[in-house]
Amino acid sequence: METLAGLAHGFDVALTPLNFGLAMFGAFAGTLVGALPGLGPANGVAILVPLAFTLGLPPESALILLAAVYYGAMYGGRISSIMLNIPGDEPAVMTLLEGNPMARQGKAGAALALSAVSSFVGATLATIGLTFLAPLLVELAILFGPAEYFILFLLAFSMIGTLTGKNVSKTFIASALGLMLATIGLDPATNVPRYTFGQMKLFDGLDPIIAIVGLFAISEVLVFLETVVLGEQVKFKVERTYATFKELWFCAGAMLRGSVLGFICGVLPGAGASLGSFAAYTMEKRYSDRGTFGKGDPRGLAAPEAGNNAAAGGALVPMLALGVPGSGTTAVLLALLISLNITPGPLLFVERPEVAWGLIASLYMANVVLLILNLPLVNIFVRLLMVPTYVLMPTVTLICFLGIYAISHSVFDIYMMIGVGVFGYLLRKVNIPLVPVILGVLLGHHMEVNLRRALSLSDGEWEIMFRSPLAITLWAFIIMSLTVPFIIRAIRERRGEQ
Amino acid sequence: MKKSITSLAAFATAFAIAGSASAFDPSNVECIAPANPGGGWDFTCRSVGKILYDLKLVPEPVKVTNMPGGGGGVAFGYTIAKRGKDANLLVAASTATTSRLATNQYAGLQANQVRWVASLGADFGVIAVNKDSPYKNLKDLMAAIKANPSKVAFGGGSSVGGWDHLKILIVAKAAGIADAKSVKYVSFNSGGAALTQLLGNHVQAVTGDISEIKGQLAAGKIRALAVLSPERLPTDPSIPTAKEQGFDAIGANWRGFYLPKGVSDDVHASWGAILEKLYKSDDWKKAMEANGLAPFYNGGPMFDDFVSQNIADVKQLSMDVGLLK
Repeated sequence: METLAGLAHGFDVALTPLNFGLAMFGAFAGTLVGALPGLGPANGVAILVPLAFTLGLPPESALILLAAVYYGAMYGGRISSIMLNIPGDEPAVMTLLEGNPMARQGKAGAALALSAVSSFVGATLATIGLTFLAPLLVELAILFGPAEYFILFLLAFSMIGTLTGKNVSKTFIASALGLMLATIGLDPATNVPRYTFGQMKLFDGLDPIIAIVGLFAISEVLVFLETVVLGEQVKFKVERTYATFKELWFCAGAMLRGSVLGFICGVLPGAGASLGSFAAYTMEKRYSDRGTFGKGDPRGLAAPEAGNNAAAGGALVPMLALGVPGSGTTAVLLALLISLNITPGPLLFVERPEVAWGLIASLYMANVVLLILNLPLVNIFVRLLMVPTYVLMPTVTLICFLGIYAISHSVFDIYMMIGVGVFGYLLRKVNIPLVPVILGVLLGHHMEVNLRRALSLSDGEWEIMFRSPLAITLWAFIIMSLTVPFIIRAIRERRGEQ
Repeated sequence: MKKSITSLAAFATAFAIAGSASAFDPSNVECIAPANPGGGWDFTCRSVGKILYDLKLVPEPVKVTNMPGGGGGVAFGYTIAKRGKDANLLVAASTATTSRLATNQYAGLQANQVRWVASLGADFGVIAVNKDSPYKNLKDLMAAIKANPSKVAFGGGSSVGGWDHLKILIVAKAAGIADAKSVKYVSFNSGGAALTQLLGNHVQAVTGDISEIKGQLAAGKIRALAVLSPERLPTDPSIPTAKEQGFDAIGANWRGFYLPKGVSDDVHASWGAILEKLYKSDDWKKAMEANGLAPFYNGGPMFDDFVSQNIADVKQLSMDVGLLK
């Protein structure tokens, strides 16, 4: 087997003391960066690029360091989602839906441990997929044109109604608000500014990370202030800091399903990890929910965590095989490759096997390291809940301000974050869920640009939406996603009557 | 506004004359890449920054700051408003910067509000099709567009009216296509993304820069119909130029830097000399070669003229096709 020989060669590269040490360091630094709200994997990798240059690392070592940071940040994003109800980065948004309720029930330790294992499963399965299926997957990725991407995002939105249970109309209001926010910026087809009020900073639209930190972190701080004033504070307990084998086994199916969906979304250069974790969560909810989701069902935590880590691995497929970034982070990695005089693309595995296989082997290793690192760290992270809130909340606020400023060096972005935070607080007051808002912002822009592209390719003919077999398959999924829940409910009700 | 900047410059010049006993020595140099990590400006800052330090042309490693927004406009405005006199600041620029200035996409800011210092290389435009495409050369492709413009859609990484779009317009104009606006162009997030669409036959051709298509070209997945350079590129001699196929179309995406307006002539000249040294180094030659950049040096007052001409050309072109009124 050529692949296995390549992989064996890769492990020779990855197991040198220098590369192993770099992978360890990268995994640790990445977890930390991912855990901080605002700073995500792309920033973490970008911050360390100069370090790789300054140390004069050989290309494969530099890549191993940064890929370990990437995987580490994907692990780290879950921590503040679970503990503080604030997503550490974009794909970790779905993690808080079940993770935070678990923490509120005293199961923070179990949630952290379970999500660490899920991350490991997702990332490892994705790395296996990357090793053996990359050429095949590339063929799938290029089938997606603008029309197919548009229908894919439409499929995601067709599932949004199931997202936050009780009040479907409020969920729709929330996603519509998100979609509206996504239209801020230059019109993608004609460059006409929309809702920018002449501010050049708004030409690129509302940065999703500002929206996330504002909507979740700032509004959380505001809600906290309110509860202090009203004296309604609730204290969290922590029962244990590990997950039982029974819990893991209970979630095994969810992890597998989440990994597969997340991986596929990661492989598509126009989709990404946010869509991956979203798809993993909504599908899991469809599949397993018996009224337990939204109240701390561990399967609803395992699926998106496996999904977003699998998507991170999936995004490396188009990067290595096509030279096309599947996410912001892989764009940075790609730039690094280029500045190290390596041309990514179909010939990478032939011309520079030590780089391609060394990277893949080190991903397996980084994953093991991350799991070993993250399980004992649960002990430390749960102490976060024991930090007195008068210390914790100002610290969270400080980190948000620093994190947002560090990305763009712009005070304007801080004002934006506060503005969005107040908006999020008001939404909470009227019980409009925040997750659909953020999904509207994250996915809405992609949906719109792909629609515009498709229609300009077809000279405005809607027929392009039904041209390819892939498009028709996706439409079939949409119809299923809209009708199957009703059919299942009808069947259940009938059974209930009998 | 204008007056205050002029007086600022006068003040800075006076200050520089007073203190010009010693030549300018850069320290704690910062390079602003006006985009997210991963693009051409980021590459310019990072690779030039690395080589500047490797060659000890600057005492400390160059700090790279990514300042995305408004297609470079945010960094442009920031440099004018907040760093007007900073002698240790380089800002990466390229044809994308000048074409946006030309089409007034920086909310009224003008090219003469900064000091252009040098260009260090150019990425020449390429027109490529899928390897299975019926179009074997640029003539085939242009004839097909003339016959039915809606049959050929070009993909590219820049927005409508951006550099990748302008390159097609340059070629269409050279081919005598009367209504250049009818040529279909679809904008994707990056040159790489446009290339993926070409591989999947969702678009019929792409305009990219040579550095973006190298990987797929070497793998034989795409066919380069023409490079928009005056002569064949020494790194890729198999690609014919548009010129030799009878289309007088040149498209060079230069990469370089500007400085804040308020730096002294001394500082401006020193940076020119430092960047010229870098340009002549073997390290930079290697970096250029690896990235498909062709030699393209412009410095000093010559570069100012070049930038003005560049802007005037883009203005004319955009007006010709109705993108600018």
